[in-house]
Amino acid sequence: MYKDYFILPWREMKRRKLRSWLTLIGIIIGIAAIISLISLGEGLQNALSKQFAMLGEDKLLITAKGNILTAGLSIDAIKITEKDQEVIQKTPGIKKTAGMIYSTGRIEFNDHVRYFFIEGMPTDPEERALVGETNFFHLLRGRPLQNNDNYKAVLGYEYTKETMFEKEISLGDKIKINNKDFKVVGFWERTGSPQDDSAIMIPLETYQDLFNKPKELGMIFAQTAPGEDPLKVAEKVEKTLRKSRKVKEGKEDFTIQTPNQLAQTFETIITMVEAVLIGIASISLLVGGIGIMNTMYTAVLQRTKEIGILKAIGAKKVHILTLFLIESGLYGLGGGIIGIIIGIGFAKLVEFIFSLMVGPSFLAVELNWWLVGGTLLFSFLVGCLSGVAPARRASKLNPVDALRGE
Amino acid sequence: MKTKKPSQKPVITLSNVWKTYHMGDVELNVLKGISLEIYPKEFVAIVGPSGSGKSTMMNMVGILDVPTKGQIFLEDQDIAKTTESQLAQMRGKKIGFVFQQFNLIPTLTALENVILPTIFQNLPEKIRQERAQKLLMQVGLGERLHHRPTELSGGQQQRVAIARALINDPEIILADEPTGNLDSVSGQHIIDLLVKLHKDENKTIILVTHNEELINYCERVIHLKDGQIFKTEYVKNLHVPSKK
Repeated sequence: MYKDYFILPWREMKRRKLRSWLTLIGIIIGIAAIISLISLGEGLQNALSKQFAMLGEDKLLITAKGNILTAGLSIDAIKITEKDQEVIQKTPGIKKTAGMIYSTGRIEFNDHVRYFFIEGMPTDPEERALVGETNFFHLLRGRPLQNNDNYKAVLGYEYTKETMFEKEISLGDKIKINNKDFKVVGFWERTGSPQDDSAIMIPLETYQDLFNKPKELGMIFAQTAPGEDPLKVAEKVEKTLRKSRKVKEGKEDFTIQTPNQLAQTFETIITMVEAVLIGIASISLLVGGIGIMNTMYTAVLQRTKEIGILKAIGAKKVHILTLFLIESGLYGLGGGIIGIIIGIGFAKLVEFIFSLMVGPSFLAVELNWWLVGGTLLFSFLVGCLSGVAPARRASKLNPVDALRGE
Repeated sequence: MKTKKPSQKPVITLSNVWKTYHMGDVELNVLKGISLEIYPKEFVAIVGPSGSGKSTMMNMVGILDVPTKGQIFLEDQDIAKTTESQLAQMRGKKIGFVFQQFNLIPTLTALENVILPTIFQNLPEKIRQERAQKLLMQVGLGERLHHRPTELSGGQQQRVAIARALINDPEIILADEPTGNLDSVSGQHIIDLLVKLHKDENKTIILVTHNEELINYCERVIHLKDGQIFKTEYVKNLHVPSKK
């Protein structure tokens, strides 16, 4: 029986194709934006939490005051050093520590010069694991850095390309970093992160020597002993560091974070950005809803006579109301369906572009039925709500006046 | 002159019906105390010059409008005491409308137009399909079921409208200038259909018309002037047009 109520609105929408499409566009844009933003945002959060999970939950990250993004690049006076590492290592509850540091360096090969990140990395296998190297990087060729390596380098995936220096770098080749010769001993596989793929790893001590930063570190990784609560250990580390660095509580010049906290920090940022963007997209949805309302008011005017006819042949108020609500609901639903398709398409396109730029499987669009179903329901509701006032006007028309109208 | 049929109850009764419109400060009395009874199976014409209140009276008889003063009964039901929804329901069930402008829904096919009134009466799908096809066959449009109104001639459209008016098997057919927009051949076709409905199916037919030809088929002709009935003629020989 209910399908009968769809025929009339559907035919009407088909009859006025241009107006129907124009009405739909508002909703389509809003829904497409919301769907692509949410699915990309979720995908990005997933990608990041995966990266942080690879660090392990039992780890603490100690950096000079600032944040993870500027660690190692800090040009201000606050530094952390191997002395801090020793202090941390002695704190109860800490199993192992490792330090690393990085900054931009001048790289020369085949008479070409490029500037990329140089990373001073530990050479001890356990320490390498602790800073995450073993989890994130996999060897393509050669070997990783070893103990007693001096002026040796392991290069990121980008250096395997000829385009970098107009000539391919091979194992055993010499490259110049800050005018010092380094022997290439290995290449990493592609990681997907442009920064990591163009970085060069050298032994920590070599780095400190090369950049004239004796004993200096960019960040310290500390692994807590099994069974210890990382957050409680972090408090202890903070206390001992405060003492050794002679700073007062609340005036710490260093930061201790767990990978979970880091992940949460990033998630919060992404969520906030997402919220703002979705807020903007919602405005477009609101405008779309107003568009539907406008179309429906016009429809009531244009079809006044038709409403009169329907009333003359026995349509009650509720029938007229239903017919017009279905029509506006269809606008919402139709816009929702097309919007979701376009939104998913756009998100997939971004995913594809990402995979070309930074490697596959870094950013996977996250779609769930809850999101699609919810968006669909929401767009239908927007349509229905926009139609309430026009539909009520239509249903209240007096049959005689309506029949007279043209 | 035929007298009223006291043995039967009227299907529609107008009792001292007034309709007043307010145009700014001016009161316009369109109907001034009309009293009228229409009996089952009657063929009645309402005639009068334009501005005489024909259309308003038509709206009253078709319970599309309510009087400013006075009472209207559809059978025993006082329409002042029914809700708008009940009125719509009664219209759909008991009255079939045929308009001068045909008033078909342009986006629907002939068949869908005919079926439309049954949707509001919750008639089962199968029955309404059969009934609509049968009716379109009866009005000679069996081949035009899936044509849109714009693909039909005026006469054909009016026949679709008649089929639509009949779909809920109403007792009363209310036709407002049904031949007013048609050429004489098409008009005659419509007249024949209405006469046949009256004769074979015992429908009560109420016409508003100028068409002399059509008036000649009626049993009773009510003349309106200035919102009042000023003359009622009874025609004896139903199917033989009286020559003037």
